[in-house]
Amino acid sequence: MIAGITIYELLTVTSILFFVGVYGFITRKNLISILISVELILNASVINFVVINKYMYPDMLQGVLFSIFIIAVAAAETALAVSIIFNLYRQISSVEVKDIETMKY
Amino acid sequence: MEIDTFLLLRQEISLLAIALLLLIVEIFISENKKSLVIPLVIFLFGVHTLLGFLPMEDGSLFGDMFRTNGMIHFFKNILNLGVLIVMLQAADWVKEKIVAQHRGTEFFILLFSSLLGIYFMVSSGDFLMFYLGLELSTLPLASLAAFEIFKMKSSEAGIKLILSSALASGISLFGISLLYATSGSIYFADIMGSITGNDLTILGMVLFFAGLAFKISLVPFHFWTADVYEGAPISIASYLSVISKGAAVFILMILLFTVLKPLMQYWENMIYALAILTMFIGNLFALRQQNMKRFLAFSSIAQAGFILLGLITGTQLGTATVVYFVLIYIFSNLAAFGVVQSISLQTGKENMKDYEGLYRTNPKLSLVMMLGLFSLAGIPPVAGFFGKFFLFTAAASKGYYLLVFLAVVNVTIALYYYLLVIRAMFLRTSEEAIPFFKNKIFMRLGLIITVVGILLLGVYSPVYDYIYALSATFN
Repeated sequence: MIAGITIYELLTVTSILFFVGVYGFITRKNLISILISVELILNASVINFVVINKYMYPDMLQGVLFSIFIIAVAAAETALAVSIIFNLYRQISSVEVKDIETMKY
Repeated sequence: MEIDTFLLLRQEISLLAIALLLLIVEIFISENKKSLVIPLVIFLFGVHTLLGFLPMEDGSLFGDMFRTNGMIHFFKNILNLGVLIVMLQAADWVKEKIVAQHRGTEFFILLFSSLLGIYFMVSSGDFLMFYLGLELSTLPLASLAAFEIFKMKSSEAGIKLILSSALASGISLFGISLLYATSGSIYFADIMGSITGNDLTILGMVLFFAGLAFKISLVPFHFWTADVYEGAPISIASYLSVISKGAAVFILMILLFTVLKPLMQYWENMIYALAILTMFIGNLFALRQQNMKRFLAFSSIAQAGFILLGLITGTQLGTATVVYFVLIYIFSNLAAFGVVQSISLQTGKENMKDYEGLYRTNPKLSLVMMLGLFSLAGIPPVAGFFGKFFLFTAAASKGYYLLVFLAVVNVTIALYYYLLVIRAMFLRTSEEAIPFFKNKIFMRLGLIITVVGILLLGVYSPVYDYIYALSATFN
């Protein structure tokens, strides 16, 4: 709990973070930037879980525990995505979205 | 806690044991005998599948995080059968292409990890277990889609799959956090008791639904499907299209019919719109495909639209028809994918044009393909007809006549493009027809099982009665 800050402000921040992530996922042209946008989305939900747990249901730890699992899984997800990007980079020497459009329509 | 309560986890434990055994085998088997792993894996998994049919009692473990009952157990058996067929069809490809790169065992370990994730996902009792199962089922699949590391298309499929599924699970998580905010719990049983139709809950439900819709590839979320199916190895494409999609449909059905049941008036409209969009766009895009894998990808999108007709009802009839349809869909889609895979392995050809004159050179293979496509299209003697018929009955029983009418229109469109393939195989002749070849034993076995399934399931009605009796749990 932070003194003087209500849950509304915190949830507004996480919602903005979430939509910034979605916007970034759609508009970015670089695979690494897309990955960063996905991380923003995941972190928005992590903060959401912690804030809701702390402000609304402080007697149980469900939200906090959930957020720890999300962080761990997100790390695995990023590692896998980066390794696939490495493999792609070895073949085409690029991580731009426009270069991985061989399959379309 | 008694030790025998862990018997509820029997399927998971035995699958994990096989995966761990494979890790040990990978260390101790010598380099030139690596291909012996394939028959070993298929034998072990066959035993696992057979043991799965032993009866299991209902119950829950770990403070209701994990639960199982007759329906969930039966659905796991269906998935086992599907994965067994996928493995039989993949065996020759693994032997020829992957074992040469010393990665044969890895393929099966990743496949089993993904299946283990699906097990935990379908028997989850809270959102945490659901999320972990979802991720465990998706992450190995992305690495499997990128498994042919020397092909650019495969890496492209892998990156497309991992990025879209990461986005999907992120959106889903945000939805879950909103559901948690309004109900104060992540356990399904607690949420069911306290859920109300306020705006935040509905937003949470919509976001959560969007995440799962990515997995099922419903229409606004289907863009990854065709690309991933085309680029990934064919056995992985077939796994994605039947096993992972079927499991996602099943867990979505459980959640909609139990946890989110009080919000039915909202999700009904959502599913209504998505069903129409999915059927039309899936079918219309399938019309113009030339590559067989893309063709089957769009056909599987359209089939997902038909499944929504069962989901919209929210009744016991809906549950039974959806599970029955998924069972039939596994056999019919795997028959089509199996033929595409065997032709692609022998000749490297994947376009519809290459199939011209196939009946004259490979009559048996074209008959299997014809049965699979007829079953997907829903032509009466084969199982697919009954699957679709029951789905339409379920939707009509709730008064969705317009939706059923549109679905029937779509069946007609679908019939046209399935018949295009059949025309190419049976009526056209070609100078460069694919020469005659004989499939190896595993592939032949995989195709025979699918044919038997397609022919038997439609005629042998006790299967449907059995599913209907089991499905009482979720309503």
